[in-house]
Amino acid sequence: MRISISPARSSAPHLQQRPLLWARRRFRFGAGDFPRLRRWAEPGRELGRRRRRPPSLSASGTMEGSTAAARVPRSAPHPLSKDVLGFADDEEEDDDDLEVFSKDATFTDASSFNISMPTSPSSMINQLTLEDEPDNRDLFITVDDPEHHATALENFFTYRIITKTTRSEFDSSEYEVRRRYQDFFWLKGQLEQAHSTLILPPLPEKFAIRGMVERFNEDFIETRRKALHKFLNRIADHPTLSFNEDFKIFLTVQDLASHKKVGSAFISKMEETVRAVASSVKSVKNRPDEFTAMCEYVDIFHQKMGRLDRINQRILKEWREHSVALKEYSPVYTLWSGSENELAEPLTGIASSIDSCCKATEGLTVGLSEDLLPALHEYVLSAETLKSVLKRRDLIQADYDSRIDALANRKAEREMLEHSDLSFTFGAFLGKSMEEMKQQKQQKIDREIEELQAEVAHLEDKVEYANSNLKADWKRWCLNMRSDMKSAFCNMAENNIHYFEECLATWESFLAMQQTEMKMDENSKNSG
Amino acid sequence: MMADQVGQQEEEEQVSVASNSGPQAEPGFQSGLDIGSPAGNRSTIMEDKSCLLKKLEISVSEAEKRTGKNAMNMQEVYTVYLIETRPVDSQNEDENCVPDSLWRRYSEFELLRSYLVVAYPCIVVPPLPEKRAEFVWHKLSADNMDPDFVERRRIGLENFLLRVASHSVLSLNTIFYLFLTQENGWKEAVNESGFQAKADSRLKALNATFRVKNPDKKFTELKHYGDELQSVISQLLRVRARVADRLYGVYKVHGNYGRVFSEWSAIEKEMGDGLQSAGHHMDVYAASIDDILEEEEHYADQLKEYLFFAEALRSVCRKHELQQYELEMAALDLTSKKQQKEELATGTVRTFSLKGMTSKLFGQETPEQREAKLNTLEEQIADGEELVKAKNLECEDFMKNAWADIERFKEQKNKDLKEALISYAVMQISMCKKGIQVWTNAKECFSKM
Repeated sequence: MRISISPARSSAPHLQQRPLLWARRRFRFGAGDFPRLRRWAEPGRELGRRRRRPPSLSASGTMEGSTAAARVPRSAPHPLSKDVLGFADDEEEDDDDLEVFSKDATFTDASSFNISMPTSPSSMINQLTLEDEPDNRDLFITVDDPEHHATALENFFTYRIITKTTRSEFDSSEYEVRRRYQDFFWLKGQLEQAHSTLILPPLPEKFAIRGMVERFNEDFIETRRKALHKFLNRIADHPTLSFNEDFKIFLTVQDLASHKKVGSAFISKMEETVRAVASSVKSVKNRPDEFTAMCEYVDIFHQKMGRLDRINQRILKEWREHSVALKEYSPVYTLWSGSENELAEPLTGIASSIDSCCKATEGLTVGLSEDLLPALHEYVLSAETLKSVLKRRDLIQADYDSRIDALANRKAEREMLEHSDLSFTFGAFLGKSMEEMKQQKQQKIDREIEELQAEVAHLEDKVEYANSNLKADWKRWCLNMRSDMKSAFCNMAENNIHYFEECLATWESFLAMQQTEMKMDENSKNSG
Repeated sequence: MMADQVGQQEEEEQVSVASNSGPQAEPGFQSGLDIGSPAGNRSTIMEDKSCLLKKLEISVSEAEKRTGKNAMNMQEVYTVYLIETRPVDSQNEDENCVPDSLWRRYSEFELLRSYLVVAYPCIVVPPLPEKRAEFVWHKLSADNMDPDFVERRRIGLENFLLRVASHSVLSLNTIFYLFLTQENGWKEAVNESGFQAKADSRLKALNATFRVKNPDKKFTELKHYGDELQSVISQLLRVRARVADRLYGVYKVHGNYGRVFSEWSAIEKEMGDGLQSAGHHMDVYAASIDDILEEEEHYADQLKEYLFFAEALRSVCRKHELQQYELEMAALDLTSKKQQKEELATGTVRTFSLKGMTSKLFGQETPEQREAKLNTLEEQIADGEELVKAKNLECEDFMKNAWADIERFKEQKNKDLKEALISYAVMQISMCKKGIQVWTNAKECFSKM
C-alpha cells in the first residue's frame, strides 16, 4: 500500500485513510481511526509475533546500560520519526514498527477505547505547535458551582462538571455531573496506572494548604475549584490522556461509584513493585543518561519552585500589610485638614490620593493571588509529579534489568551444565542414568530460559514504551511549562505596572490641582 | 509654573515661590555656598527687610566627632557642627574669600534657643531638630551617632539658624550674632545676660494657666490649635513610619526573586537568559527602596519641625496667660485695697473681716492710727494703679507684638507645609515612575523567556 505523507500534517502516515475523522480530529490521532491498527489493539495478542528485530538488536546476553534510548532511533526506525516519513515504501517495516507502539494490554491501558498513538518526539512536536489553535479543541469542560453536602457520616463539597463535546465516542454532546474531590483523586489514580510514565497535570492538594485553618474556608474552596478546572482541562488537552476511558466515564457517568473498582492492575502493580524494590539498587546503575539528567533537573526545579512559591506568598503578605497601614494613613490627613484653613485643601487632596493608592494596592494583591500564586503553586505539584513519574520509569527499568540478570544466570547455568560432569548421586538413587539426569536438567533450564526470554522481550518493549512516552511527554511538559511561566510572570509584571500607573495618575492629578490653585491665588492677588 | 519647578533645583524654586508670598517677603537668597538639602524649607523662608541674612551668608556645612571630658569629668563622644559665615558683599569682590567658621555642638544650640525664648517671649522662636531620633521605622537607626541622623541634624541646625537670621527681630540679637562669630567666651556672655533668672518657672506658668480668668480669645484658640497640630502631626509621623516599614518589606522581598531566578536559569536552556536578566531587574527594584525612603525622611523632618513649632506656639500663649494672670492679680489687689480704704474712710464694714472683728472685740483704733493706715493705703493704691496700668500696657504690647509674629508664623507655616506636601507628591510620582520603569524592563525579559 502506498502511503503518501505530507510532512506539514500529522506525522502518522496512516491518518490519511480516514479523512473524515481525521479532518475533525486532525492531530489527536488514535489508532481507533484506523481499522488496521485496531486489530492490533485487541488484548491478549501474543507477543511472539510481534517483533522482527534487526539482528543487531537480538537479545543476547545482558543489555548494555544506557542504550535503551540510543537504540530506538538508530536500529528500530521509529515509524513516526522524521526519518521514516520519507520512505513509506517499506510498509511491512512500518507495520512491524507500528506494532511496537500498538497497545499491548498488559502494559498499556486496556480500558482505553482508542489506541493512543505514541509518541515520537517529532510527532509530539507537530502536535504541540498546532495544539495552540483553539479550533482544534473538541472537548470543553468547566468546573463550577461548589455545593456543600452533609450526611450523617461526613461533610464534603461537590463540584458541577459540565462537558461539551463533538467527539463521536461520546453519546451525547453535553454532560453534567457532580463530583467530589475523592472522585478526582480516583481519576488521577486510574490515569497513573494506565499511563505510568506520562506526566499528568497536578491535582490540587488533598489537605488544606498550610496557613488556612478551615478545610471549607471559602477561599480554599474557590482555589480548589479553579485548580480542578485546570486539571480537567489539561487532561483534555493532552493527546493521549484525553482519550482515556476512565476520563470519559468521569465526565459522563452519573453514578461513579459503580465504576470504581480495584482492578487486577492493582495486583500486578504489587508484583512489579515487590520485584522492583528488590532490584532497586540496580536501577540507578542502568539508567540512561538523559533520564539521569532529567532527575537532576527535576530536583533543582522542584526546589526552585518551592522557593518561588514561598516568595510569592511572602510578597502577598507584605502588600496586604502595607494596604492595612495605608488605611490608617489617609484619615490622619483628613483629621488634620479639619484644623487648617489654607492647608485644608491640599491635605484633603493628599488623603484622597492615598485612598486611591490603597485601592490600587488591593487590586494588585487580588491580581497576584488569583493569577501568579496558583500558577506557580501548580508547578510545585507538577515537579512532584515528575519525580514520581521518573521513579516509576526507574522501577520499570529495574524490573527489566532484574529479568535480564535472571536470564543471564540461567544461560550461564546451562553453559555449565553442558560442560560439567554430573555426578548426581541423588539421581543415582532413583535409578536414572546420568545422561537422563543431564537431559532433564537441560530441558528444565531450557524451558526457564524460554520463559525468561519471553518475559525479557515483553519487558523490553515495556521499557521502550515507557521511555518514549516519557520523553515525548517531557518535551510537551517543557513547552507547557515555559509558556505557563512566561505568561504567569508577564502577568505579574503587568499587574505591577498597572498598579504604579494608577498611583502615578493619582499623584499627578493632585499636583495639577495644586498648580491650578496656585495660579488662581496668583490671579486673585494680582487682580485684587 | 509649578510644573516647571517640580523636579528642578531648590534655588530656582525658591525664587518664584518666594515672590508669591505676602508683602513682608523678599526674593529668596542666593547662596554661594553649597547647602545641599534636597527638600529643605529654606526655599520658602520669608525674609524681612532688616534681617541679618541680607548681610551675612550662613551655613552649617560639616559635622565631626570629638571626644572630651564632660561636666562630670568623664570621657564622652559628641558631634560638633561647623558654622560658616561670610558677608554677602564679599562674594562679589573676592571669589576666594574664605568664610569665617567655628564649631558648635548641639547643646550650645540648645542654650542659644533657651536664651532667645526668654529674651523674646512674644516671638514664636524656631525649633531645633529633635534631640533624639523618634518616629523611627525599623530599619532606620535611632542612634545619635548614626551618620544619616547626623546629616539630617546638620540640615536641621542650618535651617534653624537661617530662620532666626531671617527674622526681623531675632536676627538683630547680639548673642545670636556672637553665636555665629565668636567661638570662645560665647557661653559666658550668654550666662552673664542672666536670662536663666528671668525665665518663668514652670510652676508659675502652670498656675497662671489654671487660674487665669479672661485670656484673650484669640490666644486661647491658638493654644487649642497648637494642641491639635501637635497631636495630629505626632499621629501622622507614627503612621507614616509604619507605612514606610511595610513598603520596605515589599520591595526587599522582591530581591529574593533575583536569587532564585539566577539559580533557576542555570538549569534552563531557552528560558535561562530571560530569567537571569529579569532577576537583575528585581534586584534593582529591591535596592531602589533605600533611596526612596531616605528622601521621605526629609518630608518627615519637615513635619517634625512644625511639630516642635507647635510647642513654641503654645509657649507664647502660656506667656500671654501669665501676663494676663498677673494683670488680673494686680487688678484684684487694687480693687481690694480700694475697698479697704473705703471701709476705713467710711467706717463701715461691708464684709466680714478680721479688722471688723478686732475692732468689735478690741475697740476701734485711734484716729491717728486710722490716718496712718489711710495714707499707707492711698500710697499702695497709687502704686497699684501704676502697676495695673503698666501691666495693662505690657499685656497689650505683648499681644500686639505676639499677634503680629503669629500672623507671620501662620503665613510661613502655610507656605512651608504646602511645599512639603507638594514635594511629598513629587516623591511619590518619582517612586511610581521608577516602579513602572523596572517592571516594564522585567516584563520585557519575561517575554523573552
